[in-house]
Amino acid sequence: MARKRAKAHAAVPPVTTVVTLCLYVAGGAPNSVKAIANLEAICQQYLQGGYKLEVVDVCEHPLRALSDRIVVTPSLTKLSPGLPANVIGNLSDTGSVLAILGLRSADLQ
Amino acid sequence: MYPSVQSTLALVSFRAPPFQSGCLDLERPSRRRRRYERYRTDGTPKLAQHDSPKGTAVIAKKNVARRASLKAPTGVPGFDELSHGGLPRNRTTLVMGGPGTGKTVFALQTLVAAARKQRQPGIFVAFEERVEEIFANAATFGWRLPELAGNKLFFLDASLSPSVVHSGDFELTGMLAILAAKKHQIGATWIVFDGIDVLLSLLQNRDAEMREIYRVRDWLAHNDLTGIITTKVNGELAGAVSYGFMQFMVDCVVRFDRRLEQGVAVRRLEITKYRGSDFAPGEFPLSFGRSGLEVAAPGAEEVRHAASGERVSCGFNGLDSMLGGGLLRGSTTLITGAPGTSKTTLAGQFADSACRRGERTLYVSFDEGGERIRRNLRSVGIRLDGHVKSGLLRMYSGRTDVTNPEEHLIRIAALILEHRPRCMVIDPLSAIARTGALSSARAVGNRLIYKVKDHYITALITSLVSGEEPQAEATELQISTIADTWIHLSYLVRGGERNRALTIVKSRGTRHSNQVRELILSDQGPALTDAYSAGGEVLMGTLRREKEVRRKTQKLQEHARFQHARADWQSAEADIAARMATLQLDLDKQRTALALYSWQDQSAHAPSGEQLGAVQGKHGSEAMAPRSRVATKRRAARISPRSGMGGGKEGQRGT
Repeated sequence: MARKRAKAHAAVPPVTTVVTLCLYVAGGAPNSVKAIANLEAICQQYLQGGYKLEVVDVCEHPLRALSDRIVVTPSLTKLSPGLPANVIGNLSDTGSVLAILGLRSADLQ
Repeated sequence: MYPSVQSTLALVSFRAPPFQSGCLDLERPSRRRRRYERYRTDGTPKLAQHDSPKGTAVIAKKNVARRASLKAPTGVPGFDELSHGGLPRNRTTLVMGGPGTGKTVFALQTLVAAARKQRQPGIFVAFEERVEEIFANAATFGWRLPELAGNKLFFLDASLSPSVVHSGDFELTGMLAILAAKKHQIGATWIVFDGIDVLLSLLQNRDAEMREIYRVRDWLAHNDLTGIITTKVNGELAGAVSYGFMQFMVDCVVRFDRRLEQGVAVRRLEITKYRGSDFAPGEFPLSFGRSGLEVAAPGAEEVRHAASGERVSCGFNGLDSMLGGGLLRGSTTLITGAPGTSKTTLAGQFADSACRRGERTLYVSFDEGGERIRRNLRSVGIRLDGHVKSGLLRMYSGRTDVTNPEEHLIRIAALILEHRPRCMVIDPLSAIARTGALSSARAVGNRLIYKVKDHYITALITSLVSGEEPQAEATELQISTIADTWIHLSYLVRGGERNRALTIVKSRGTRHSNQVRELILSDQGPALTDAYSAGGEVLMGTLRREKEVRRKTQKLQEHARFQHARADWQSAEADIAARMATLQLDLDKQRTALALYSWQDQSAHAPSGEQLGAVQGKHGSEAMAPRSRVATKRRAARISPRSGMGGGKEGQRGT
């Protein structure tokens, strides 16, 4: 199950670059469900400029996860902009997720 | 013929632990037996025949086969003996220990052995090290991992890079899904989780750690995988937290330990738990050999060594005759002595004679190189270079200042397997006690001797003793009790000299000499002198030589005296013989004269023959006596003592 969600809010100009994310989850495992919910909330709140999120179910695409060097689930990878970065866990700590995305919560609030 | 374990396991539901299925299996034959019993009460003779002792033997054999296949051999030398077959198949084993104890090597070696020897693919999940590092480490053992890494072994790099940010709770479900996919891809039967505590410590939550470990265990049980989980016990805090309950969770626990004994690191291994199986209790030393980890498993409980009456020469006649013909084949001889008592020379002589007989020989020395030993032995006429060149003699020299005794043992055991010697020298064994604790050196000494005996090698072991008393040796390594022959070399200082003395303290199964003999080293090798005792002490060195010279002179004098006496007796004998000859001549002369006289008288008066004879006898003997005495005296003066028997003739001429 590879779901692709792309949301573009062209009306808001401050964030010009599109953030590409990939979230690896394990089926309906509790932490995976939590991670999807947490990430969507963060994206809604902070990435209105535009982001591209791919959710990969590791149980269905194990070899893809293997080639992407994913060990634990849930795991979020930021592919662009800048260098790739990883966050593991259910993304309940919003601060660290924003740090990976190159955003600071103070800037945006 | 019999259902394989794999298929019987497949019958069992996934949830039930596989071992129970094995127990159920063991019940089956008895059920079959009951069926036979029932038939037999029906009175069917054919089935009654089936229930013969032969039938039960087949069932028993089947049980043994099933039990053995419940275990998966690890291929780690010694470990399968300790665990009576290996690790529990399709179940989880916990390998725990401090850093640097050999957990990863053990797990990896098991995987490599399974992949190479039994063609069972495996998966290695590395949480601590990067895969490249593991490959580099394994290269030192010559395991050639890159060859296997394709379809035999799969390495999952599960170490997280330091830049990974941790945010909230996570689980291993994804990783297990990946592993399940890979397992089906390569058909793996083994899996290793190396250092799983490193990843789980990120959870910072004990309940979550436990949850993940149970998840891993359930996953292993579902997937018919023989699992090894390694974890640290001390040092890292997280490991200490998780290992407590893990011990209860898994089916087999192997504890690795590394400690310092008098400055030398000693590694040990202990099987602390093995559900449904017996195992060798206690700690066993382990060390890293050339091709990986080796566990010093005890040998068979019963000592069984072949006994032979064949004698093997120790290289020179003196000692052979003292030992009643030589050493017994397959026996172990201990030579003790203070420094410089020529233990090495005797060892060299033994090695030389073994090689001359064409027997492969191993010469293990400590702290002195083979080259130097050969040079030193050349000075006493023992030449080993040729034997080394021909490949009969293998010399190995170990350093004792850094290596612990266990490693020496493993090296020597490897050499025995490699060279397959019939004779062997260890010179000196006491050197292994120099580093580390004495107790471990003692254990090594004992095991070494048992190993040598197991291989039926005639061995000569030297041991250094510091004191003059041979009993001092007994306190050092305590090997004198398991050695078959014990020769003690010592110095005797007497009369301003230090001389080497050789004593046979004991020699099992041999009538041996009780004498203390002097050992002499010359260009022609060692030799034993004859024993001289004076005042209850054996003479040696100059005292012995003096005694020898004195005895020689005495012998010469005795000989001369005897010759002289013999000459006297001979001359006396000759004298009597000569006298007898003279008397005989005189007698003949008298008879002739008398005959002449009586013939003249007869012709004149013609008396009777009888009267004449009587007169002749009376006068003849009386008249003859004074004359013959004078003649004898005259002749005796002429006879020289040398002429002896020839005296008679001379005397005759003198008359």
